[in-house]
Amino acid sequence: MNGSSTVNKTRTVVPFGPQHPVLPEPVHLDLVIEDERVIEAIPNIGFIHRGLEGLVEKKDFQEMTYVVERTCGICSFQHGMGYVEAVEHIMNVETPDRARHLRTIWSELGRLHSHLLWLGLLADGFGFESLFYECWRIREHILDLHEMTTGGRLIFSVNTVGGVLKDMTPEMLRKILDTLDEVARDVRVVEKTFLYDYTVQSRLKGVGVLTKQQAHDLGCCGPFARASGIACDMRKLGYDAYPYLDFEPITSNDGDSYARCYVRLMEVYQSIDIIRQVIGRIPEGDIAVPVKGFPNGEYFNRVEQPRGEAYYYVKASGKKTLDRLRIRTPTFANLAGLTETLKGAEIGDVPLLILTIDPCISCTER
Amino acid sequence: MAEVIHGIDEIRVVPKEELLLAVMTLKNENRRLAQACAAYVNGLVEVSYTFADDEAYQLVHLRVVINPDDSIPSITPFFPIAVFYENEMSELYGLRIDMMEGIDYHGRLYRIEKEAPFRPEVKK
Repeated sequence: MNGSSTVNKTRTVVPFGPQHPVLPEPVHLDLVIEDERVIEAIPNIGFIHRGLEGLVEKKDFQEMTYVVERTCGICSFQHGMGYVEAVEHIMNVETPDRARHLRTIWSELGRLHSHLLWLGLLADGFGFESLFYECWRIREHILDLHEMTTGGRLIFSVNTVGGVLKDMTPEMLRKILDTLDEVARDVRVVEKTFLYDYTVQSRLKGVGVLTKQQAHDLGCCGPFARASGIACDMRKLGYDAYPYLDFEPITSNDGDSYARCYVRLMEVYQSIDIIRQVIGRIPEGDIAVPVKGFPNGEYFNRVEQPRGEAYYYVKASGKKTLDRLRIRTPTFANLAGLTETLKGAEIGDVPLLILTIDPCISCTER
Repeated sequence: MAEVIHGIDEIRVVPKEELLLAVMTLKNENRRLAQACAAYVNGLVEVSYTFADDEAYQLVHLRVVINPDDSIPSITPFFPIAVFYENEMSELYGLRIDMMEGIDYHGRLYRIEKEAPFRPEVKK
């Protein structure tokens, strides 16, 4: 505490993190509290900054795909995809239709495993251990599908400028459909607990409310913003196979922690439906086209990751290496929203509220 | 089939002196600050601010080109959330931001141990 006369003497600063049982990754918050209630939260990051963007000066643009995929272990595939699609746009590369469909399947599988991971962490956050186990048990099925189709469970390295490196056989597509039936059946069971259990509701309903206007003013994105009524989903931009699919952004107008849980749960079903649609119409053909020359130009690409809108700014001048790569991840955009939701919260709700933005600190710091 | 929205993005290069006016105009259009970043280009620094129209899925990028030793006005009076982006640019690119409102991390947002900013001439 400083000695400023404007600070009430009953206020205390409680350091939260960077190591905390509820935090999968390090982030620190200085919580200014008064009578168990948060008045202000000051975020501090920088514990795992790796300078990945700076590697564009050393790695060629194709090698950078593997670096970008390692921005995060959860949305790894979509990071790689967002990057290669930005480069493809600059180089006027038309990726084959089949590659676009395959990318959509892997994207949605990634969203599924990310949301199931988050649901488990949320359950762990409010102390419902068996619910946590169940969510992560279901998630294992998705990771098995990753392994079957790519060889990797989290980091696939199947993206390349010009398409994808691996194809899916009809047997694999059949296996995906069968597994998704099972996943949908299992999620319906946990859904009842998340949405209708009295104890769970008492921890989530009315907690950490962010209005639609606040979410807009604070630049929030993804399920966090959609839970506050902002019907914005970058998949509507129509990249990959999304122009051919039937889906609408899932929103809620409540803006509380319960709404964030509801939106992500419904997005699990939505992703399952999207994958079924893609498998129902995936065309035969090549999975990649040869790419010649080096990129020359700039482009801002954006994709809808599990946590929301991510930006990939690529600037190149016809060399093997790029001039600039900028990755703006959804958690970076949602930090301001997080500090706003913490204002006025009970200190006991702080861990849960941090979880409700689904923070990914590795992404944020790059 | 879903309705697909193809917004046409636009890059507007503005002089430093007109940045705040341009930002205020976009704020009045109810746009969201989506990102801000800097890049070195031929010894100069390009600062790009991206503003999104979430209904039209359309972006406007405001770009200001400055000398690395020049300062640039903060846009936090209009978009308080710009404070994280400006702190990042200040640390990684050594940009001097004038009149920043909110938390100033004093070049320690990412706690980089190596000497920053990473200007091309610093690497020699």
